[in-house]
Amino acid sequence: MIELQHVAMSYGGGDLLRDMSLQVAPGSFHFLTGPSGAGKTTFLKLCYAELLPSAGHLSLFGQDVRQMGRDEIARIRQRIGVVHQDCQFLDHLSLEENVALPLSVNRRTADPGELRELLAWVGLKRQAQSLPPQLSGGERQRAALARAVMMSPDVILADEPTGNLDWEMSLRLLSLLVELNRMGKTVMIATHDLNLIRQAKAQVSARVLRIANRQLHLAGADL
Amino acid sequence: MRAVLTFFSSERSTADRVVPPTGFTARLTLFTAAAMAFLAVFALALSLATGRLAERWSDSLARSATIRISAAPDQMDAQVAAVLEVLKTTPGVASSRVMSDDEMKGLLKPWFGPDLPVDALPLPKLIAVTETSAGVDADGLRLRLQAEAPGAIFDDHTRWRRPLVAAAERIRMLGLMSLLLIFGAMAGMITLAAQAALAANGQVIAALRLVGARDAFIARAFVRRFTTRGLIGATAGMVLGMIAVAFLPSADAAGAFLTGLGFSGAAWLWPLIIPPIAAMVAFGSTRFAALRMLRRIR
Ligand SMILES: Nc1ncnc2c1ncn2[C@@H]1O[C@H](COP(=O)(O)OP(=O)(O)O)[C@@H](O)[C@H]1O
Ligand SMILES: [Mg+2]
Repeated sequence: MIELQHVAMSYGGGDLLRDMSLQVAPGSFHFLTGPSGAGKTTFLKLCYAELLPSAGHLSLFGQDVRQMGRDEIARIRQRIGVVHQDCQFLDHLSLEENVALPLSVNRRTADPGELRELLAWVGLKRQAQSLPPQLSGGERQRAALARAVMMSPDVILADEPTGNLDWEMSLRLLSLLVELNRMGKTVMIATHDLNLIRQAKAQVSARVLRIANRQLHLAGADL
Repeated sequence: MRAVLTFFSSERSTADRVVPPTGFTARLTLFTAAAMAFLAVFALALSLATGRLAERWSDSLARSATIRISAAPDQMDAQVAAVLEVLKTTPGVASSRVMSDDEMKGLLKPWFGPDLPVDALPLPKLIAVTETSAGVDADGLRLRLQAEAPGAIFDDHTRWRRPLVAAAERIRMLGLMSLLLIFGAMAGMITLAAQAALAANGQVIAALRLVGARDAFIARAFVRRFTTRGLIGATAGMVLGMIAVAFLPSADAAGAFLTGLGFSGAAWLWPLIIPPIAAMVAFGSTRFAALRMLRRIR
């Protein structure tokens, strides 16, 4: 689904990431870890074509990202659900409208029953009409997850989805992602929370990628 | 063209609401469109009025000429008769008529007052000539008059008609150029307003791209807004401009020489094209600004 061959990435200075090779298989569960500033967000942005690699070959769903036009990128993003590090909502639209946004931008309307079910799944049924700024950090991140799965994407990329959640809420969000993976979705979570990774390993067979020394390493079976 | 069609046919739902309401740029666009449409009404009125003027001058004056006969009183009648005889056989003359003393009095009154003793003055005789659309060979006629009636001078008005027509045509061209400038300035200002709105909504655009919105969708959300504002503003400006023109003091009192700066008859329909043009200008400039801005956000 996502394939990197000797990919390097730089923001203009030296390489931030270099010589990364990876194949993300359908249905797999990956963690991406590394210290703050290592380039986890950057790596995920490469995976949904917000950034282009400065060297190497990167393909999404078999398509070379360098060859993609803007409309093709838009189409790819319908198949990749992204939980952005800072959620990225439209603050003037209700939570419900925000969650349905991936459909609306394609001039489709969400089935009200399905939408309600989805909000219930992330535990935000009561907040459906709230505006994003009125939500707590945990609520926002669950809403972002609901929006990411709205289009029933093949891949879910989550950037620090438990970043400002307490442990209990983190576990809840993790179990939602595990559930999605059991439904056959490919999941990749960027996090520096090793406890979360340990917890996940008890539920699902996850691979752990670590960014260190500007390179991507496949961590050993145990942490 | 296709863009325009899909633009008006698609339903107005979330596509409109994804962009948060922006009070300032909205008012700026409305005001700009209204002000420019108001000015456009005047530029249009100017162009149409001077167009009418130039036409009137070149057309009716081209068909009229005068022959002035100055001669000793005892020879006057003979010369007048000779001139009329010449005119009868001149091709291009539709009719000719000797002006009566009363008419002469009327012409001179503005200069000399009503008590002018026309009989006591050695006034020349005037013969008004109306030409056919083919016109008279002025040089040929002058030669013949010289031979038959030495006191007769043919004046086809070209001398003072030409500069007037040229001036009127120049003013009309300036009017049309003003129209272009007005719409150009409007395009510029709406582009700036759209750019401000786009820049203020960078977050919104990034979020829309993140969930897989195509450029066309995002651009349309902005374009639709600015086009609507351009249309509404320009309509208001046009109505105000037309009211202002309608209440201009009539110039007819001063004679038809200065045709009134206004619209006559069906020409009142001309200003109605201003709002659609304004809407198209708003459409084009917002679309241009939006697509350019979008290229920077992947
Ligand atoms: N748009 C950008 N331009 C320049 N440098 C950037 C940009 N985004 C991130 N960086 C830098 O790249 C490095 C990695 O950032 P990031 O991928 O966000 O790390 P992480 O998510 O692992 O904390 C940081 O040093 C950051 O300052
Ligand atoms: Mg990050």
